[in-house]
Amino acid sequence: MAEKITGSEALIRSLIEEGVETIFGYPGGAIMPVYDALYHHREKLKHVLTRHEQGAVHAAQGYSRATGKVGVCFATSGPGATNLLTGIADAMIDSTPLVCVTGQVASPLLGTDAFQESDIVGMSMPVTKWNFQITSADEIPEVMAKAFYIAHSGRPGPVLIDFAKDAQFAEIDFEYHKCNNIRSYVPYRPIDNSQVEAAANAINNAKKPFLFFGQGVVLSQAENELKELVEKAGIPAAWTLLGNSALPSNHPLNVGMLGMHGNYGPNLLTNECDIIIAIGMRFDDRVTGNLSKYAKQAEIIHIEVDPAEIGKIVNTKFPVVGDAKKVLRKLNPLIAKNEHPEWVAKFKACYDIEYKKVIERDIYRNNGKISMGEVVRMVSEKTEGNAICVTDVGQHQMIAARYFKFNQTKSVVTSGGLGTMGFGLPAAVGAQFGRPDRTVVTFIGDGGFQMTMQELGTIAQEKIPVKIVILNNNFLGMVRQWQELFFESRYSFTELKGPDFVHLSGAYGIPAKRVEKGAELEAAIAEMIDTDGPYLLEVKVEKEDNVFPMVATGASVSEIMLEAPTKK
Amino acid sequence: MKEEYIITAYTENHIGMLNRITIIFTRRKVNIESLTVSESAIKGISKFTIVVHSTAEQAEKIVKQIEKQVEVLKAFYHNNDEMIYQEIALYKVSTKALTAGNKIETLVRKHNARILEITDEYTVIEKTGHNDETQEFFDELNEFKVMQFIRSGRVAITRSPIERLSQFLAERDSMLA
Ligand SMILES: Cc1ncc(C[n+]2csc(CCOP(=O)(O)OP(=O)(O)O)c2C)c(N)n1
Repeated sequence: MAEKITGSEALIRSLIEEGVETIFGYPGGAIMPVYDALYHHREKLKHVLTRHEQGAVHAAQGYSRATGKVGVCFATSGPGATNLLTGIADAMIDSTPLVCVTGQVASPLLGTDAFQESDIVGMSMPVTKWNFQITSADEIPEVMAKAFYIAHSGRPGPVLIDFAKDAQFAEIDFEYHKCNNIRSYVPYRPIDNSQVEAAANAINNAKKPFLFFGQGVVLSQAENELKELVEKAGIPAAWTLLGNSALPSNHPLNVGMLGMHGNYGPNLLTNECDIIIAIGMRFDDRVTGNLSKYAKQAEIIHIEVDPAEIGKIVNTKFPVVGDAKKVLRKLNPLIAKNEHPEWVAKFKACYDIEYKKVIERDIYRNNGKISMGEVVRMVSEKTEGNAICVTDVGQHQMIAARYFKFNQTKSVVTSGGLGTMGFGLPAAVGAQFGRPDRTVVTFIGDGGFQMTMQELGTIAQEKIPVKIVILNNNFLGMVRQWQELFFESRYSFTELKGPDFVHLSGAYGIPAKRVEKGAELEAAIAEMIDTDGPYLLEVKVEKEDNVFPMVATGASVSEIMLEAPTKK
Repeated sequence: MKEEYIITAYTENHIGMLNRITIIFTRRKVNIESLTVSESAIKGISKFTIVVHSTAEQAEKIVKQIEKQVEVLKAFYHNNDEMIYQEIALYKVSTKALTAGNKIETLVRKHNARILEITDEYTVIEKTGHNDETQEFFDELNEFKVMQFIRSGRVAITRSPIERLSQFLAERDSMLA
């Protein structure tokens, strides 16, 4: 039965119909009627007031990445809406399902340069999967149903709904039907069995098969199917930054990370395998390095839900278009039981080299100073691989990806494709709201922390137990590393002085500690993890450490460096 | 190798579609040589016809990106040989020049053009054809000073006998399975 309610009420009811529990947002003039409607549902719909709209959208992203659900955020028109754009762009490139609702000036004022009017529909077009401006309240139920359907189906992505203020006030007959069909939109194509058979054949005949998995596995919940394939065919498997944690870190066939700061073996042996089985990943340039010298000897099987990704970067001999889980369910029964001990041993040999040259020194510094890797290892050990690890962007991000260990999926929340500094702290807020049952640890550089540190206010107000680790090298470390390696150590504007982070945290009432000596580290980490509620740990790390291995820009994956080239 | 490609896209007739389509070209720095949008044979569905200079590979990737848009039903690309296409051009000359001799009339006949309107001051001539044909007519007519000239975007139709959009719509139900 339809019932007469306001547009704002209809919006809130639509969210409830879609099973939304948490909204991250920031109010303002053009979205006040929505906030007023929300007030009446505040028991049912938890709203988290962030300290900046960028925080709201990153929190919604963190929430989504930790739960697999659609993240929802609110912002007002004009500056509120434009403040969302970085996060929306981030969600677009990292395929994160979001529904972002922005207030907009009343429809008669559109196009008049009214107060706080901005063309957010136009501005967000290149970075949304879909967007729509509601100017008539009648549109609300159908548009909201479409928004959620589009955001989470197929290859997920952000949707922006711009909501004109007069439509928020107008009354409508509300009736809600979920959307499961749009005639112009085919999120999942029927799987072509011949493609699956061809892929299975290729895998069964391969001598040196190598499997790459990306976030597509997580998004389609294909973790078990992935594991089954890897084990049945005995294939070494490496992950992209966003695929991390889809296969437990300690799985014997998990050979580590691909790409620029990935592991030695996975990069080197990409140019030695005979078949690549790529699942739910997109051959980002940070993964491939120089394309003209990338896996030329290998035949590529690409299992991917987005047809536009197939053949976009690499020539694909065996495309399989479809959702990873559905494809693997068809593929796995066709796979012959197999083992490739000699091939797998090569990865082990590479790991041993990498361990001696890089890893050991990274995670056990033993000279009184502290390395980022050591901190990450200790936090990982203390949380027994069960934490959700949220990172910001920079050296610490690569170190966290390399050394944090995971037992379960959806445990990595990081900004991959866009590399957005400032992502970490608000994303950790979102992840913790999504998974109150799990420990959420975030590693952040002193640079990135200062981009969104106002979200300490959100953490303090909401009393959420996020564990914040600032890895402070007093540098924009990753940029400094490049300056050292490629710009003859000209440190052009990368040294930075931060505030007293312990005092800062104290000002928010969040317990905090600074550690400068290696000997104090373990106890400080234990105290952080064992403290109920939020905690900030600032660790003064080596100022000029570099992240290795490294595939330099323009270099081939087989030219991966284990240390800096000796200076002439 | 770069050559002329005709990209066609069938989309819902919704606000913002033109923007969503054109930014795909802009982002890849592919210039749109000509663009025509109007309602297709199916009510509520627009047809875009876009001419670009590109490689086949680039055209294929662009088509995939276009199809990825939620409100695009289907997109295709073809080279010129695979389609029958036309553009329309209008030319304005002074009526004095027309009546001064029979040269303009001869040109109109030779180029299979037609006269749309004659006033005391000016005469408007129309010609349809390929770009080089409407251009050639312009060059010859310009001897008598063309006062105004306009050429439309391209419209094009495939040589294959079936309407592929209807085929797509028919197949679509099975794709939802
Ligand atoms: C918003 C934004 N601005 C600039 C950059 C470029 N950038 C990448 S890493 C980095 C340095 C990060 O420094 P910090 O946060 O201290 O982390 P560290 O590398 O030292 O671990 C910069 C400036 C970026 N990724 N994002």
